[in-house]
Amino acid sequence: MGSISLQKVSKVFGEAKVIPSIDLDINNGEFVVFVGPSGCGKSTLLRLIAGLEDVSGGKVVIDGKDATDAAPSERGLAMVFQSYALYPHMSVRNNIAFPLKMAGMPKEEIDKKVSDAARVLNLTDYLERKPRQLSGGQRQRVAIGRAIVRQPSAFLFDEPLSNLDAALRVNMRLEISELHQQLKTTMIYVTHDQVEAMTMADKIVVLNRGNIEQVGSPLELYRSPRNLFVAGFIGSPKMNLISGDYARAQNAATIGIRPEHVSLSTSDGDWRGTVTVAEHLGSDTFLHVNADGVGPITVRAGGEFGVKHGDTVFITPDKSRMHRFDDKGLAIPAAA
Amino acid sequence: MARKVTTRRKLVMTAIAWVLGIMIFFPILWTFLTSFKTEADAIASPPQFLFFHWTLENYHEVQSRSDYFKHFSNSVIISFGSTLIGLIIAIPSAWAMAFAPTKKTKDVLMWMLSTKMMPPVGALIPIYLLFQSFGLLDSRIGLVMVLTLINLPIIVWMLYTYFKEIPGEILEAARMDGASLMKEIAYVLTPMAVPGIASTLLLNIILAWNEAFWTLNLTASKAAPLTTFIASYSSPEGLFYAKLSAASTMAIAPILILGWFSQKQLVRGLTFGAVK
Repeated sequence: MGSISLQKVSKVFGEAKVIPSIDLDINNGEFVVFVGPSGCGKSTLLRLIAGLEDVSGGKVVIDGKDATDAAPSERGLAMVFQSYALYPHMSVRNNIAFPLKMAGMPKEEIDKKVSDAARVLNLTDYLERKPRQLSGGQRQRVAIGRAIVRQPSAFLFDEPLSNLDAALRVNMRLEISELHQQLKTTMIYVTHDQVEAMTMADKIVVLNRGNIEQVGSPLELYRSPRNLFVAGFIGSPKMNLISGDYARAQNAATIGIRPEHVSLSTSDGDWRGTVTVAEHLGSDTFLHVNADGVGPITVRAGGEFGVKHGDTVFITPDKSRMHRFDDKGLAIPAAA
Repeated sequence: MARKVTTRRKLVMTAIAWVLGIMIFFPILWTFLTSFKTEADAIASPPQFLFFHWTLENYHEVQSRSDYFKHFSNSVIISFGSTLIGLIIAIPSAWAMAFAPTKKTKDVLMWMLSTKMMPPVGALIPIYLLFQSFGLLDSRIGLVMVLTLINLPIIVWMLYTYFKEIPGEILEAARMDGASLMKEIAYVLTPMAVPGIASTLLLNIILAWNEAFWTLNLTASKAAPLTTFIASYSSPEGLFYAKLSAASTMAIAPILILGWFSQKQLVRGLTFGAVK
């Protein structure tokens, strides 16, 4: 229940090849996040799985059965949309009950399932309201409720949190993760936010221009990005990428070093630099340093590291955590 | 920051609105009052506003001279008929253009609208000749056809803008929730589209009811609607203001009552596209 396999799936819109060819296996119960910059094809890929778009080539296999030509309603998947897509003329109760009604379930059973879902999602007091009378977070819950009642073989989330404010987003992120722990159902989640990807995923699929750049667990991607794109996309603040003489000295076209893998001193170190901006977050301090002969470098320092604009600092990269990339942007495996 | 609205400003605005409202309403009020006057009072100078001899004589006279109910039923058949046929053609076309647009959709819409830019009199001769050869002159079916065609662009445009407002994601959600096409139409589409269709229906009934150019030119007596009924009092024996007013009042009363009871839908219809 809930394994999905994409085999040489491609999608062409008119002249534009949005997805050239993708192979991907999603195991039952996995939380998979598609992440990438806007226009990378992640939403299209989700819609191909949902059946809302037809594939131009290749196969979509759901639970071992070829579902390439199946209508969305026949695929047994539930989807949560970015705009929530609630039925405006129906009460919350009827919104949640809709998929069950479509499945022809008896009324008593529907009532029971709807009240169960409402309890889980804290919507019991709002069941008779219309969607327009709810806040953004509540609407999002209704959309999730509508998806969970019918126990689909997989959930598809299309940037579900991007319409919420920052605080609510963190909350809902937790709630969705908890939901996944409870239900243990396959979830595919599309986002452009690498923080959501890192915090929620079992497996991250990094997409760029319709191609898969890398697939792996959050820490795999963090520790060993396969190329420059993944290196720059995963991690916050972004990895420092240094090319030029320093990189050549290490036998690489580009050197990557994460802000947290650089040590900082006010007295001595490998590189001397001037602080351009110091961002004090309380728990951390992000320093933007202009290092002599290397260029701008972001450094993560302790929360109460007392430097300010214009101060001179010395920085030393942790050589064992350095990433080396060749002139094609591919990672060079570390010499054993 | 919200603009500060002073009491004085509010008073001035309210006064202007009332003046405009009365200016627009006055001719209708005057017609209504005149319909209860004698012919002599109707042309009296200076005109009398309320203090004249009230009489129902004009209404008796009008009804005895021409059959109001025949014209009334013609108007009903022509306006409802043309609107319903228009809707039957327009709903699927507007639907297709709103939900499955192609590169040419905008051009097709523009082209349809452009037919409304030509003065109707430009097409009168060919249509009159066509009607003559097909024996459609002075027939209700002919008028229904012409008014359907005349109002079709407006119906399609109105429906198109309404359907455009229905978010595609909601229909996709219904599909994901397991709804077949028929169920999607019954449970999701129709309830969301009905307000728009209702406004379009109302507005077009009113447009067709009031349409005077084609109804006057293509009918004589059998199929003549209320517009012809009014017009028949304006010329033959010179002007009889009181009777003309009585006929006008009788002609506009039904549509006015319909409009009154459907104000909310109508306002939405008239401002279509402008109000989200």
